[in-house]
Amino acid sequence: MSNPPSPALDRNGLIAVRRSTHSAIYTLVGALILVVLLTAAPWIVPAEVATTLMNFFILVIMATMWNLLAGYAGMVSIGQQAFVGLGAYATLYLALKGMNPFVTIPLAAVACAVIAYPVTYLLFRLRGGYFSIATWVIADTAMLIIGTIAVLGGGTGRSMPGLQNLSPSQTAHYSYLATWVVALVVVTGTYYLLRSRLGLVLASIRDNEVAARSAGVHVRSARRIVFIIAAAGCGAAGAVLAISQPFIQPTNEFNMQWAAEMLFVSMIGGLGTIEGPIIGSIIFFILQQTLQQEGVWYLIIFGTIAVAIALWQPRGLWGAFRDRFHTELLPVGYWVGETKVKRKIRGGQT
Amino acid sequence: MIWLNVIVQGVLLGGFYALFACGLSLMFGVLKVINLAHGDMAVVAAYVAVFLTPHLHIPGVWSFLVVVPLFGLIGYVVQRTLIQKSIDRDPFTTLLVTFGLSVVIENLLLEAYTANGQTVNIGSLIAKSWHPASIIYISYVSLAVLAAAVLVLVLLQLFLSYTGTGRLIRAVADDREAAQLSGANYRHIFGIAAAIAFATVALAGIAYGMMTQFAPTSGGINLLFAFEAVVIGGIGSLWGTLVGGVALGVAQQFGAHLNPQYQVLAGNLLFLVVLAVRPQGLFGKKTALS
Repeated sequence: MSNPPSPALDRNGLIAVRRSTHSAIYTLVGALILVVLLTAAPWIVPAEVATTLMNFFILVIMATMWNLLAGYAGMVSIGQQAFVGLGAYATLYLALKGMNPFVTIPLAAVACAVIAYPVTYLLFRLRGGYFSIATWVIADTAMLIIGTIAVLGGGTGRSMPGLQNLSPSQTAHYSYLATWVVALVVVTGTYYLLRSRLGLVLASIRDNEVAARSAGVHVRSARRIVFIIAAAGCGAAGAVLAISQPFIQPTNEFNMQWAAEMLFVSMIGGLGTIEGPIIGSIIFFILQQTLQQEGVWYLIIFGTIAVAIALWQPRGLWGAFRDRFHTELLPVGYWVGETKVKRKIRGGQT
Repeated sequence: MIWLNVIVQGVLLGGFYALFACGLSLMFGVLKVINLAHGDMAVVAAYVAVFLTPHLHIPGVWSFLVVVPLFGLIGYVVQRTLIQKSIDRDPFTTLLVTFGLSVVIENLLLEAYTANGQTVNIGSLIAKSWHPASIIYISYVSLAVLAAAVLVLVLLQLFLSYTGTGRLIRAVADDREAAQLSGANYRHIFGIAAAIAFATVALAGIAYGMMTQFAPTSGGINLLFAFEAVVIGGIGSLWGTLVGGVALGVAQQFGAHLNPQYQVLAGNLLFLVVLAVRPQGLFGKKTALS
């Protein structure tokens, strides 16, 4: 997933600018193996493990999107469940119209992006905490409106059509693959997004908004694009959620818990890094599986850890690790170093 | 006459929203942060009133005499420890921390007291009402809550306008650095503002528990309403919050009159309309706008 080191030299050939480190090449090899293994997973591992992996992918998609919003664009949304729910209901609506549920996934993402665009004009009138609660109002409003539509099951919900003609194991395999592909697209898409010009703009906003603005960065339009992308990503997550748990209910799809999980996972893993949300999701699933018998304790413990990390280790676990070992698995920045020529010159002088 | 009743009930409800919101408004005005656990604090106060004050042989009606000062104290301590620490990082961290706290508190309450609905026991008072016209019933409890909201707002206004501490709070709210240079200990002032906010939200929580059933998750939706009241009224204006609360309450009652399903939706739509056409709110300054 990374370019091989291709040093760009300055005029004197003394400074090398590289994108990747050696660890990134190992990542590429590791990632390829992982992609093959995870694609084959439903045929290798027991069904429960595949289901857990599927839920893990859904969380990774949501957390990656939330991280893009909060970690890069500085928008703390506690209403992303709006788009999870709308994505799920877009899939349900199209499936009721006779479409294959799996085909509707990209359409659900597009629908959420289209809805998000006008919503940004309302939300961006507020800032900070007021923005946060306003996102929640949007989610609540979306849930209430969906709840009044009888065709979509109203407040009580209805089950997803179009999956009945598949056998249970086929449904499980297909929905696993769909979830896995969406997660792969979202994570690699985010990776390439952050390496693009927009990524540079976002990193500058993340590091210092005032400085970015004074350097001519259009902060507001960058935020608008990010909000729309995050809405599309969460919409896709909602669509695969609707396929993997095919009874669709407003209180479930628009659950505040999605927002809580996205937020905790990104904070613990490390805001403003691509690896952070993935690592946070792994920790979340380990904790959830271990404390399965203890009711909601996993959320209490996880929330407490997230608060502690926000206070004492705001760069999260991955951020702390990276600061200490200067390594990146998915490099989006540049490394500035010395070339061999310069090292030789300096070596000759001393 | 039906519509008059809708308006009367809306105004009564609005009083409650204003009481709930004034702490939020004060915290934002002075500390420039939003406490996303504000609603959960109210619910915790209600649980304390239901489960702990009976041990002190205090009847439900008077539980606020103990709980409100207690929450003032808790507010000061929480501010000086957790919230101050997150403000020292940045306002962004405060949002993450208070949201985390909100989820943790909700789930702890769920573990401790289950999801069952509870009420603050006030005996037969709950059913008593004033009956000024044929179909208009004004419940004494709702009326008392509206009166309490107005009283709290008047006292808060007097406190901020005429006492030394009130002046300090306003000074810190206007310009923290300048107040600091003049010798104000802003951390202490922040603590006092948080204490007032927590005390008022505890009062609101107990009022809520008297008016209706509550559960561990009731905090969130009430924070939502309080926030809508603040934005409709205008961010930074205490009296605007009362007007905003009343506007929200009336809108919700109109919605509920059409169809009980539309109660919350009507309030949300009013909020979105205000945000679209008059984002500074009815009485607001443009401080919270980007």
